[in-house]
Amino acid sequence: MKLKTLAVAALSALALALPGTMAEATKVKGEVTNFDFSFQGLTGTYDRNQLQRGLQVYHEACASCHGLQYVAFRTLSDPNGPELPEDQMRAFADMYEIWDEDLRDWRPATGPDHFPESQFEGAPDLSLMTKARAGFSGPYGLGINQLMKGIGGPEYVASFLLGYTGEEDFQAGSMFYENKAYGGWVSMAPVLFDDMVFYEDGTPATEQQMALDVAAFLTWTAEPKLVERKRAGFIGVIFLSVLAVLLYLTNKQLWAPIKKTAKES
Amino acid sequence: MAGIPHDHYEPKTNAEKYMHRRLPIVGLIYDTIMIPTPKNLNWMWIWGVVLVFCLVLQIVTGIVLAMHYTPHVDMAFASVEHIMRNVNGGAMMRYLHQNGAMLFFFAVYLHMFRSMYYGSYKAPREITWIIGMLIYLAMMATAFMGYVLPWGQMSFWGATVITGLFGAIPGIGETLQTWILGGPAVDNAALNRFFSLHYLLPFVILGLVIVHIWAFHTTGNNNPTGVEVRRGSKEEAEKDTLPFWPYFVIKDLFALAVILALFWAVVGFMPNFLGHTDNYIEANPLVTPPEIVPEWYFLPFYAILRAFTSDVWIVIAVNWLTFGIVDATFFGVLAMFGSIFVWALLPWLDTSSVRSGRYRPMFKIWFWLFIVNFVVLTWAGAMPAEGIYTNIALIGTAYWFAYFLVIMPLLGVLEKPLPVPETIEEDFNETLKSKSGDGGPKGPAPEPIPAE
Repeated sequence: MKLKTLAVAALSALALALPGTMAEATKVKGEVTNFDFSFQGLTGTYDRNQLQRGLQVYHEACASCHGLQYVAFRTLSDPNGPELPEDQMRAFADMYEIWDEDLRDWRPATGPDHFPESQFEGAPDLSLMTKARAGFSGPYGLGINQLMKGIGGPEYVASFLLGYTGEEDFQAGSMFYENKAYGGWVSMAPVLFDDMVFYEDGTPATEQQMALDVAAFLTWTAEPKLVERKRAGFIGVIFLSVLAVLLYLTNKQLWAPIKKTAKES
Repeated sequence: MAGIPHDHYEPKTNAEKYMHRRLPIVGLIYDTIMIPTPKNLNWMWIWGVVLVFCLVLQIVTGIVLAMHYTPHVDMAFASVEHIMRNVNGGAMMRYLHQNGAMLFFFAVYLHMFRSMYYGSYKAPREITWIIGMLIYLAMMATAFMGYVLPWGQMSFWGATVITGLFGAIPGIGETLQTWILGGPAVDNAALNRFFSLHYLLPFVILGLVIVHIWAFHTTGNNNPTGVEVRRGSKEEAEKDTLPFWPYFVIKDLFALAVILALFWAVVGFMPNFLGHTDNYIEANPLVTPPEIVPEWYFLPFYAILRAFTSDVWIVIAVNWLTFGIVDATFFGVLAMFGSIFVWALLPWLDTSSVRSGRYRPMFKIWFWLFIVNFVVLTWAGAMPAEGIYTNIALIGTAYWFAYFLVIMPLLGVLEKPLPVPETIEEDFNETLKSKSGDGGPKGPAPEPIPAE
């Protein structure tokens, strides 16, 4: 019986935690801080102001090298996103130039266009970055940390931006910078400095604030339907739970005479 | 259809008779859903219905996804993002499909473990078991090819590793791999044919499922005692059974609703927990990911595949005996396919005359050890193939083969089984009596204690 208990426990571990080992491969070598974000938890949603601030940081700091090729400008006005008013969104898009296949020329972007691709070879596209990185793993490949803290993409991005130690190294003709979150040397230079952007809403633009804002914005670019998905999750779970209760009662009543006969036999 | 005597469909009105003489489809449906089912089925008998639901879910969501997906190396990844962003309900559809595959495998493993514990594969249900194994193989092929379609890093490198297994076959390997891929490496040709086959195979599975159901409707269900339903007369059979509708339909639907509530919570709140983060990076043939790991449901077999390195004595011995034809890689491939093959042969490897593990004291221990071993192999498959992990995988693999090839044949001879109940009715009544504490003077049935 003990073995059975062990086996059942092991099976539950398999069901719950072990699959989280998938993220084990993207080994977390560095130190990732478990920041709090508004979109975490069962009911968490995006903070519109934070997404707008993150968009600003992206625009002023990231966009010169990185791209967001899967994100359309029009979605900046979508509900549960940065929710820029339509005219602001169009004015924002107008600041980007994109290549038009039909015109065979560059032209200012409009709502339906996507953000440009990465401008700089070696700078990855950021659309899905917070889903393509894991911040937490283990212990022992059991995935318990991912279950408790989440996979940790946004935390990784924020920690990465804040993780520069200041050590630099010149190798084979290029500069490398030591990063704690990555746990090694990276070719991207530190980009965030206090008050490098001016936030319209009066939030002090500290390094950490900017890192968190842009990580939140990049979480939205990676998972724009997060709020809708959680809402569907709640509706579905509640509906299915009610259905389960009704079916339980139906089943109980259906079997009652059969079980009564059996007990009396 | 069933061998158990029961009422058959009788057309009553003229319209019914007209139809029945020409196409007895109402009779077929009636006989299928009214099949006499052993009263004493426990909660492990719900997975079949869950699996049918999974198949339907995957086909329905898959057809919708295929309407928006583009099987081309330059557009596949972007088209999945298009589904996630622009298609109405597309994100839910895709997460349901992705996690639905995992529910499918979770359910199929429990379904198979159920069969193994209660001896459902034993005569006369060997054909049901074999068809089930074919379904499982088709599921693995479908899941593997489906995972390639989003064209992420893990899709691409997973496909490269798995098709490389065929390349490890001596002599014909390279030609075979090229033929499978339609080229020297995983590229557009491979993506296109995987899409085509990923769409085809679920319908093959559907056909096999119908045959699977037909087979066990012919033999009747097994049950937790492994005792056959009495078939002397309809009255006798009715003491052991209840019609599938409504008793088991409602029971199974209740279980399905509970499982779907949990499933929906995963899809709604943690849809990427079970996936690999690298698959959100577009496939790049020039960048190998730090680790190539399959989806969790393949991990036990991945562990077996990687367990045999060239320093394992059996690999060295076989290599020497075959004049170097069978190397470590090919040995691993053989072990992986062999592990599934011996599983399929279970009906002929198990020599015990008693069906249900409930009455087999020694079997129980080995069975639960098999389950623990399965979990350990899953874990070992996810860990890097180095150090202690390959040793663990090797021990796990050894137990896997020992279970089927040594323990199962020997147990039937060595083990002294416990007495089996006379009838299903007896078991059903006894179980209920022992469960009900409020049964008045009867109370819980005391454990039978030997006279000494």
